[in-house]
Amino acid sequence: MGKRITIDPITRIEGHLRVDCEVNGGKVSKAWASGQMWRGVEQILLGHDPRDAWAITQRICGVCTTVHAVASVRAVENALQMEVPLNAQYIRNLIITAHAIHDHIVHFYHLSALDWVDVTSALKGDPAKTASLAGGLSNWNGNSRQEFTKVKERLAGFVGTGQLGIFTNGYWGHPAMKLSPEVNLLAVTHYLQALEVQRYANKIVAVLGSKSPHIQNMAVGGVSNPIALDSQSVLTIERLLAVKEWIDKLNDFIKNVYLVDIAAIGAFYADWTAIGAGVTDYLSVPDLPLDTKGTQFALPGGYVKGGNLAGVKPIKSFNDAYFRDGVEESVKHSWYKGGKGALHPYKGETEPDYTDFQDNGKYSWVKSPTFYSKPAQVGPLSRVLAMAAQNHKPTLKYLTGVLDTAGSLANTKIPLTAVHSTIGRHAARAVSCAVQVDELANQWQLLVDNIGKGDTKTFNKPVFPKGEVSGVGFHEAPRGVLSHWVVIKDGKITNYQAVVPTTWNAAPRNEGDAPGPYEASLMNTPIADPERPLEVLRTVHSFDPCLACAVHVLDAEGKPVVQVKAL
Amino acid sequence: MRIIVLGVGNILLSDEGVGVRTIEKLQRDFILPAEVEVIDGGTTGMEMLEDLAGADHIVIVDAVRSGQAPASIVKLTGDQVPVFFRTKLSPHQIGLSDVLATLELTGEAPGGITVIGVEPASLETAIELSPQVEALLPELAELVVAELRQLGVAVGRMAKAA
Repeated sequence: MGKRITIDPITRIEGHLRVDCEVNGGKVSKAWASGQMWRGVEQILLGHDPRDAWAITQRICGVCTTVHAVASVRAVENALQMEVPLNAQYIRNLIITAHAIHDHIVHFYHLSALDWVDVTSALKGDPAKTASLAGGLSNWNGNSRQEFTKVKERLAGFVGTGQLGIFTNGYWGHPAMKLSPEVNLLAVTHYLQALEVQRYANKIVAVLGSKSPHIQNMAVGGVSNPIALDSQSVLTIERLLAVKEWIDKLNDFIKNVYLVDIAAIGAFYADWTAIGAGVTDYLSVPDLPLDTKGTQFALPGGYVKGGNLAGVKPIKSFNDAYFRDGVEESVKHSWYKGGKGALHPYKGETEPDYTDFQDNGKYSWVKSPTFYSKPAQVGPLSRVLAMAAQNHKPTLKYLTGVLDTAGSLANTKIPLTAVHSTIGRHAARAVSCAVQVDELANQWQLLVDNIGKGDTKTFNKPVFPKGEVSGVGFHEAPRGVLSHWVVIKDGKITNYQAVVPTTWNAAPRNEGDAPGPYEASLMNTPIADPERPLEVLRTVHSFDPCLACAVHVLDAEGKPVVQVKAL
Repeated sequence: MRIIVLGVGNILLSDEGVGVRTIEKLQRDFILPAEVEVIDGGTTGMEMLEDLAGADHIVIVDAVRSGQAPASIVKLTGDQVPVFFRTKLSPHQIGLSDVLATLELTGEAPGGITVIGVEPASLETAIELSPQVEALLPELAELVVAELRQLGVAVGRMAKAA
C-alpha cells in the first residue's frame, strides 16, 4: 500500500482547498481535490431585485470581486435581451482586462513563482553574472547590476532579521528546486518589481470602477460612469490619459519581463512540460464585446476537445446555445442532496448533505460541472488554445515567442504540445497577459474615439416583464470561464447559480465518476519527498486556485499546512 | 499624517461582515478629516496593497475568534496583533496578513496597527448582522473614534437629522 499525503490548505493566500494523494513508487497513483467550505451565497439572492445582484455577488470572493459583478449584470441583461451602450462595453472591457492583468502578475510572481524559485539560493547569486545573464534575455531597465546588488542586500537584511514574513512557507533547498543562484536572484528581483507594477493595473480598476477594491460603477444596462470631458468629478480626458500612462508601464513589464521569465523558467524546468496535463478538453468563452448586443468580441473563445486545435468549436455570442445547453453540475461526490443526476444551472439545487470524507463517496463542497457530460479544464491555457485555434494573431505571436525563447535557452525545439502541462499553464497565463495588455490599449483607444464622436451614453434602463425570464451571463475571468445563471419572476430573483472557474478545475469526480482537472493532472506526478510534496503544489498552483470563491468562507480552525499519513 | 480605518470581512456571512458595517456606521455618524481614509476591504488581499502602503497607523475592524462570549469586543495592539492573524477566522485574514507582510518587504509597513475585534454570534449565510452584534455598532464606531482621537485626530459628530 502506498503513502497518503494530505495537503490542507493548499493555497498560499485564500485557503480551504484540500488535496489528498496516494503515492506509490514515488509517483501519485490517485488524487482527490476537496473544497472544505460550503458556499451558500446563491440562497441570499433569492427574492432580491436582479439589479442589486452584482453588488452582492462581488462579495463572494476576495480575489475576484469585479468578475462576479460583470457576470451578474450580463446574466440579467441576457434574461432581458438588453443592449448595452458601446461606452459601457469599453469601460467594462478596460476594467475586466486591467483586473485580469493584475491577477496574472500577482498569481505568477507572488503566489506561485516561489514553487520554482528558491529565495535562500538568491542570496548566493552574483549580481554581475545575473546582469549579464539578464542582458542576454531582455533590455528591461530594471535588470542592472546595481539593481541586483540592491535587491540582494535588501533580501539579506530581511532574512537576517529571522522574520521571513511572506517567504515563511517556502520549500527552500528542496531537491526539486533547479535554478542557479543567479536565476533565483533575477526572479526575486522581478518579484519585487512586480509588486510595484501590479499597482498600475489596480489603479486602472480603481479609477474606472470609481472605487477599489469593490467597484461601484456597474449597472444592469451599462455603467454608472458619467462621461463629460469638462467636469472634474467624472470620467475626464485627464483621467483617461493617466490610465494610458499606466497601460504603457504594464506593457513594458509584461513584454520585457513576464514573457521572458516564463520562457526561462520553462527552459530550466523543461521536465515539467511532461507533467500535469490531466483533462485536455478545454473550455473558454469569448470576451471583450465590441458591439451593443454581444455578438462580436475582441477575444474569441470555444471548446477544444482533446487538445485538438483543428476541431475547435467556437462559442460566438452571449446567446450561444451550444454553451448554454452544454453546462451541467453533478453532486454525486459533493456534500449536497442529489439523486436527480447532473442538473442544468437553471434547475440547480444547493441543499447541503454533509458526510465524512469518503474516498469513493462524497468528499467535497465543490460541485462537479461538466460540458456535454465531460469534465473540462478552464483558465488561461484553455483560452490561449481556443484563440490560437481560431487564428488570433497576437496569441499566435506571443505563444510562438515564448516557445522559441524557451527552446533556444534549453537548446531544443519545444513543440506546441508542451503546453498541455503544469509549466504550460504558467506559459499560457503569460501569453494571455500579453494579449490582454495589447487589448487594454486597444479598448482605451476605442473608448476615446467613441467619446470623440460625441457619444456619451453609458446606460440603458432595464425593464422587467411580468412572468418568468432566465438568462446566463458569462465572462472569461482570469481563472477561466465564469457563468452566472439567473431566473427572474415578476422582477424578483427565483434561482441563481454561479458556476465559477475553480469549480470547473477543482471539481470532484462527476456523475460518471471521472476525476476533475486537478485530480487528473496529479496522476503520475513524481514526488521526491512525501514529507514535502512541493510537486503537488506546483501542479495545483498552476491552475491559480481560488477556493474562497468556489466554496463558502467558513472554517474556524487554523490547520497545519501539511499532514502526512502513512496508510 | 495618514491614518486608515479598514473594515474587513464578508458581508454575506452575517457577523463576519461586522468590520464593514462598522465603518459604514462611522461614515454616517462622524465627520472625519482628510488625513483619515476609510476603506471597505471586504475579503480582498493584494488589491489593498496600494491603499495600505505607507500609512502612519491602521485601525482594523473585524470579526475575531477570541474565545470570549459571542458579541464580546476585544482591542488588540502592539504584540497582540500578530496573534489576531493566527486565529484565521476566515481566509480574508490570510490575505490581509500577506499584504502586511509584503509591506514589510517593500519598506511601507504601517507605523502601528490597532485591531478592534468582535466575537461573532452568527456566521450563517445572511446579509444582516445578528441582533446582538448589530446592537454593538454604535459602541464600535465610538471605539474607532476614541482610537483616532488618541492618535491626535480631530473627529466631529454629524448633526442628528431633525
